[in-house]
Amino acid sequence: MNTELLEIRDHLGRFAPFDRLSDELLDAAASEVQVSYYRADTEILARDQETHELCYIRSGAVEMYRRSGSLYNRLGEGEIFGYSDLLRRRGVQFPVRAIEDTLIYFIPEAVFERLCEENDDFADFVEEGGSALKTTVEHQRRNSDMMTSRVRKLIRRYPTMVEPSATLQETALRMRDESATAVLVLSFPDEDHSQQFTLADGQHWKLAGILTDRDFCTRVLAAGVTPDTPVTEVMSKDPITVQSEESLYEAMLCMLRNNVHHLPVLHRRRPIGVLHLSDIVRYETHSSLYLVSNIYSQSNVAGLERLSIEVRSAFVQLVSEGADSQMIGRALSSIGRSFTRRLIELAQEELGPAPIPFCFMALGSMARDEQAIVTDQDNALVLSDDFVSADHDDYFLKLATFVSDGLAACGYSYCKGDIMATNQDWRQPLRVWKEYFSTWIEDPNPKRLLDSSIFFDLDGVYGEEVFVEQLQDLVASKASQSPLFLAAMARNACNRTPPLGFFRTFVMEKDGKQNNSINLKRRGTAPFVDLVRVHALACGSTAQNTFNRLEAINKARILPEGGSARLGHALEFISMVRLRHQVMDIEAGQQPDNNIEPESISSRDRHYLKAAFETLSHAQKFIKFRYPIPTKGRRTET
Amino acid sequence: MTPFLSNKHDQTSWADYMASCAQVARNPGLQRFYAAGVPDPQTPIGEVPLVALDLETTGLDAVRHGIVSVGALPFTLKRIPLARSHYWVVQPRQPLSEESITYHHITHSEIETAPDLGDILAELLEVLAGSLVVVHYRNIERPFLNRATRTRMGENLLFPMIDTMQLEARVHRKRRWAWLKRLSGRPSVSLRLAESRERYHLPFYTGHHALLDALATAELFQAQIARHYSPQTPVSDLWC
Repeated sequence: MNTELLEIRDHLGRFAPFDRLSDELLDAAASEVQVSYYRADTEILARDQETHELCYIRSGAVEMYRRSGSLYNRLGEGEIFGYSDLLRRRGVQFPVRAIEDTLIYFIPEAVFERLCEENDDFADFVEEGGSALKTTVEHQRRNSDMMTSRVRKLIRRYPTMVEPSATLQETALRMRDESATAVLVLSFPDEDHSQQFTLADGQHWKLAGILTDRDFCTRVLAAGVTPDTPVTEVMSKDPITVQSEESLYEAMLCMLRNNVHHLPVLHRRRPIGVLHLSDIVRYETHSSLYLVSNIYSQSNVAGLERLSIEVRSAFVQLVSEGADSQMIGRALSSIGRSFTRRLIELAQEELGPAPIPFCFMALGSMARDEQAIVTDQDNALVLSDDFVSADHDDYFLKLATFVSDGLAACGYSYCKGDIMATNQDWRQPLRVWKEYFSTWIEDPNPKRLLDSSIFFDLDGVYGEEVFVEQLQDLVASKASQSPLFLAAMARNACNRTPPLGFFRTFVMEKDGKQNNSINLKRRGTAPFVDLVRVHALACGSTAQNTFNRLEAINKARILPEGGSARLGHALEFISMVRLRHQVMDIEAGQQPDNNIEPESISSRDRHYLKAAFETLSHAQKFIKFRYPIPTKGRRTET
Repeated sequence: MTPFLSNKHDQTSWADYMASCAQVARNPGLQRFYAAGVPDPQTPIGEVPLVALDLETTGLDAVRHGIVSVGALPFTLKRIPLARSHYWVVQPRQPLSEESITYHHITHSEIETAPDLGDILAELLEVLAGSLVVVHYRNIERPFLNRATRTRMGENLLFPMIDTMQLEARVHRKRRWAWLKRLSGRPSVSLRLAESRERYHLPFYTGHHALLDALATAELFQAQIARHYSPQTPVSDLWC
């Protein structure tokens, strides 16, 4: 080419996927361009026509149509088409028409193939929807050090371990000699060999507990326990552990969630070290870790409220460090849970201990461990069946009000649908809750379930978590046996649909209409969550987190091969676009929300978002067929 | 087509003219060029090989001013392949003013090392031979090329051209009430390359680069045919 034709080269270089080509490849592409002009309303590619070129829109706009004649895509300046047919070496599948006067740059097949071979990013971009999303999502993960660094990287020394016969003083001596801040307590294995491991001396052991230097202060000295007491009497039993293969992020989230500062690190079952909060903090600063510790040290609601401002900076840090949506959702949920737990503790300081056992239950995103930065509170109280309204309800109403007001003060606004423990309907003994769920499942109709679908994401936050586990078990066992319930849920999961894609500064709907902005939660992540919930219920899973549910779905082989992974990648991509835009909002000093204007979405993100929307759309079509309304015993809908 | 299409070379004369030139031409390059001839006047434009041509000059007068660069781009109604483009910077025999240097984005040092037009003429003729030349405003390309050939070889270089500016003028002159508009002194439509392209929603290019202008002309011609003519239009309706 004559390098004088810089206009062409520069134009290509501004748009994905050409923007990441080397100068040499970009020159190679530009020099082989063939230009052609199409009037508005003329055909560019006819169906089944043989094709040997990639098409790039220099100016104007085109539409692609499905076999059915419905709109498949509308594309404008800087966008490409025709690559799917090239990759599959087939005739044109979706005919293309110019809808405005359009100038097309054709890039010959040989050049296209060279670009794919020599530039991975280019190849990923033109790959068919699912696998392209996979590589993009994985690429985002690769770029984060915390996501890929393993826990074992931070383990520098063998753990200090004592036998069950050790006294507190012997233990303290070992800790002093080995400069350890925590000691692992071993015990002889019982019949259950699942936790057994063997040390170098051939002796079999299992990990029984952990004792930290802080415990020596609070549980030994402060409690007046004598030095000759066996260590087993004061240790924390069955400590939370982490596998050496886990990522640092995983370890961090584990500490966040459980508010522990020491994590025994295991290789399979054998302890190989103890990870301390400061090890991770030293590795990278993590405001979310400090935040959770600080939440528990606040002595009143005002202190919590002051602290809540830091949630945003913790969120921004997580996103900028390259955490994925799952990690961020779990971190934010851990923070939300910590606020809730601390508020319940503070409420009990004020109101006195609860008269009967209870469980404070999270619903919706917190229960799924998918909380966002913009979120309201959805909670309920599951009370012991000893509940007597006249005697106990006053206490629990006060408790619920205290927590709910406190959460609102900390930025978790009141639930508009009044799904909060302050609502008497949602402050009930376990047996009533069981009736609720049984009714919803056994006598379902879409309208009723629309209001109650949030209850099918449930998790205990404080108190007798076994209450909520019982409810989770009940849902898992009953739902999978109720085709009518699944059909109703499946129908509701299709209520909110994704758009077709983007066109210029607009969001383009399937009927070709154009909107100025898109709510990526309502049109993207939420329908995914709904859809995955239905499949998870169908396979009897008690998992609440969407990604965990996808794993269960995958194991149950409900979806076609690779289907659950595809859903996961698409959800992850939409989630990350949403999260990154919220960070942009925060950094621009604006209130973060879920609405995104197309002009702020890069051409690359648009391309992958379209693929993700397509995945969602297909999945919604599939779910209606998968869970049809049973013809036998079909009930009329109200 | 349109009645006012008539021009001084009637439809058969171009072929005759080229044939007779081929016989008398002494320069072998010119001789080959003329011998390649022109398509039959009735040939549909969609079947003819085309070549967009643009000259950048030091001024508008073929006698006083010279050529500084030449862009040539073979194409068809279907495709304009950039890989086949040609571009030459040449040394004008007339001095180059500062204004025209900034205008054409060509530097003094580029000019100093550039060949004389005579050295690239054979190559250029080879690119043009057998194709129908498309220019925007033939009153630059035609006289300048002819003058340059005469001064170097003592022979004429004249051949049929399609002029996108003239095609544009036809469209706007035949519009109803156009004469009234002219009478009322309203500004008539601009026929310059950039403004003409705009009417077909073609993208804006930084002008005054011979190759880019050749590309711009080729695109404009595709657009004009798409909107006002058809690939079946005989070449004689278009050339002049």
